Amino acid sequence: MTTNTLHSSRFSQLYINRLGLWLFILSESVIFVALLFTRFYLLGVERAPEINQTIGLIITGLLLVSSLTAYRAEVHIAQGNRKAFMNNILATILLGIVFLIGVGIEWSEAFDHFPPGTLFGTVFFTMTGMHAFHVLTGLLLLGLLYLRGTQGAYSKNDYWGAEATIKYWHFVDIVWVFFYPALYLLS
Amino acid sequence: MKAIYKGIAGALIGFVIGAGGLSLIRILIGLEPWELETGIVVGYLFALCGWLLGVGVWDYWGRGWFGLPLRKYKLTGWRRYFSFDTDHKVIGIQYLFTFLLMMLVAGIFAMFMRTELMDPGRGIMDPKTYNKLMSLHGMFMIAVAITIISGPFGNYIVPLMIGADDMAFPRLNALSYWLTPAVPILLLTSLAFQGWNSGWTGYAPLSVTNETGQVFYNLAFMTLGLSSIVGAVNFLTTVITMRAPGMTWGRLPIFVWSILSTAILSLLATNFVFMVMLMVILDRISGMGFFNPDIGGNPILYQHLFWFYSHPAVYVMAIPGLGITLEVITHFSRKPLFAYRWAVAGFLGIVIMSFTVWAHHMFTSGMPENPLPFMVSTELISIPTGFVFLAALGTIWLGKLWLKTPMLFGLAVIFNFLIGGITGIFLADIPIDLQLQDTFWVVAHFHYTIVGTQIFGLMAAIYYWFPKLTGRMYNERLGKLHFWVMFISFNTTFSPMFWLGINSMNRRVAQYLPEFSMVNTWVTISAFVMGSSFLIFLYNMIYSWIRGSKAGANPWNARTLEWQTSSPPPAHNFATPPEIIGHPYDYGLPGSSHAFFPISGSSGNKQVKD
Repeated sequence: MTTNTLHSSRFSQLYINRLGLWLFILSESVIFVALLFTRFYLLGVERAPEINQTIGLIITGLLLVSSLTAYRAEVHIAQGNRKAFMNNILATILLGIVFLIGVGIEWSEAFDHFPPGTLFGTVFFTMTGMHAFHVLTGLLLLGLLYLRGTQGAYSKNDYWGAEATIKYWHFVDIVWVFFYPALYLLS
Repeated sequence: MKAIYKGIAGALIGFVIGAGGLSLIRILIGLEPWELETGIVVGYLFALCGWLLGVGVWDYWGRGWFGLPLRKYKLTGWRRYFSFDTDHKVIGIQYLFTFLLMMLVAGIFAMFMRTELMDPGRGIMDPKTYNKLMSLHGMFMIAVAITIISGPFGNYIVPLMIGADDMAFPRLNALSYWLTPAVPILLLTSLAFQGWNSGWTGYAPLSVTNETGQVFYNLAFMTLGLSSIVGAVNFLTTVITMRAPGMTWGRLPIFVWSILSTAILSLLATNFVFMVMLMVILDRISGMGFFNPDIGGNPILYQHLFWFYSHPAVYVMAIPGLGITLEVITHFSRKPLFAYRWAVAGFLGIVIMSFTVWAHHMFTSGMPENPLPFMVSTELISIPTGFVFLAALGTIWLGKLWLKTPMLFGLAVIFNFLIGGITGIFLADIPIDLQLQDTFWVVAHFHYTIVGTQIFGLMAAIYYWFPKLTGRMYNERLGKLHFWVMFISFNTTFSPMFWLGINSMNRRVAQYLPEFSMVNTWVTISAFVMGSSFLIFLYNMIYSWIRGSKAGANPWNARTLEWQTSSPPPAHNFATPPEIIGHPYDYGLPGSSHAFFPISGSSGNKQVKD
């Protein structure tokens, strides 16, 4: 925010921030690459048949829609519509919470069919758990974004905080785009 | 110091919240209220957050998240070094002290190990204690080797070299430093929980069934990884966006290239080890079975993921040492760096190829995959390494060598790395590796490459930049004495280990066959000489820092930018922003200049008269 203004760089602070964010996301994606590798290394394309397809499909849809609302929020703040921005952030948060509740329901069923002591359970709980942890951090960031929004932060010309949070949220969604088929669809 | 007290308070509160909250949840869902390892892991996670928030993240950062005004401390003098300071020069010194201290402690562990190995039977400790000590020495030194050049000198020197006034993300920079004290604290705390004996590699399944001390190793490795990822993001962004006008990629000092290559490796590889450490913890505390063959898990998975990070990590250790070497050799040969572009290509080639060689650590693991490609790729990686090597040799060739202490250490790196590299080819060869695996040959090879390049490179860096860091000159005579004692004793310590290895003396075992006892006694004595050489070093550094003669801005007549400002540099590095107009290493070329300072109008680099 204000502490970096001493820099004499040819690039704007916004450019520097964006580069840093993308590098962080690149590094973070390695965690999920490692998990996907683990899934295929240990299990091949094998999958537990008891997995609840309905919930899986619903939460996937919700998460994809939340990416859309997050995108709408970014567009609105870029155009200066603060009210629409706030509404879309709120919608994103709600969708994220419903997603986590869905994962919770899925987990309580999974405990009966393939607990963490089985191989598929090990992979399933770690992958969904790691992703849900990222969703949770994304939700905390979105919550802070909303809080700061109610205090009047962010405007047409100054919305880096919103942009960064929303990019992170997209990243978390894209991870699920890879995880969902790897866990639910392959067999 | 206030920052540290607040950090400790934050850590304690965090631990109580984490562990207490966990107990509460466990009671609510009807489990035993306290389970040791789960409590440690969750408590530590919160304690780390509390420590960071207390030490400065809250004041410099967190308050902004809630729309509160940030608090900045204006400390002066030595107090800055114990606070969450965002100046890259302060952070560099903080890194240097922390990791030199860790190196000292790990060196003392090594002395105990060598004392035990003095005689073939049981010496001063029982075999289990030996293995725990070996693990501690290993992990401490790995943390040192990963960080001790890119942390201190990457932070202190790189922004100066590229003409920036600070790193791109000063607060993240401080964050990456303040994560690191947790590493030695965790590793030493593990001793209160029986320690761990699986070495710095922490292989499953032993690491899953081990005593509780193992968890501290896993947490320490994860914390170190976190710190190096944050640092890597910062270095990459800094070098990409903060270069002074005219500092094109082709004019970047070679040390900056080496730090850049290291940062790419850390950025892309570190999270593999983060994940695999987490998997071990999950196996231990939640009954999962990644590495449990009973339910279909596979211990070899551990080795794949671990080495996919840890082989690149070996280059994270070696490349900065090589970068320093090229830098120092160029300045002290008074000649342009030979084949600059090839040296850069060498570094980047190592970066790319290091991701293709990991399974050469697993030839004896019984992995079902074909090991042959890994043998070939491992031997191919000597090609980009050779570029770097030849750039060094070509620079020395016909140069006017100025044999100051940093130069001597630089030359020693070339010598050591040659031996380390050649002995590595034997290990890359599958039939020979089957014989040499887990013998002292590996120990000797590893120490020749890591101590031989990283620690000798570190010494070159410390002596070379000591005048810049402190404004004073070290004692040249003591420096040379340190060099010769360290260089000779290093070689007499580790070269006999090759012989021991060929004769199949096992590593990581406290006892050995009686016929090796003569050589081992010799090695132990050499090791003690090598260890004591650091006393000369410490005395020289401390004495010179207090009493040394004033060094002036540019005692080495060097051309790179960090020497074109006062020693130590002022708050924002340069009185007026520099502009780059030429290559940094054009020593001896008439009329060439690297940089000038447009506002004051003076040319930064007078032509060096040879």
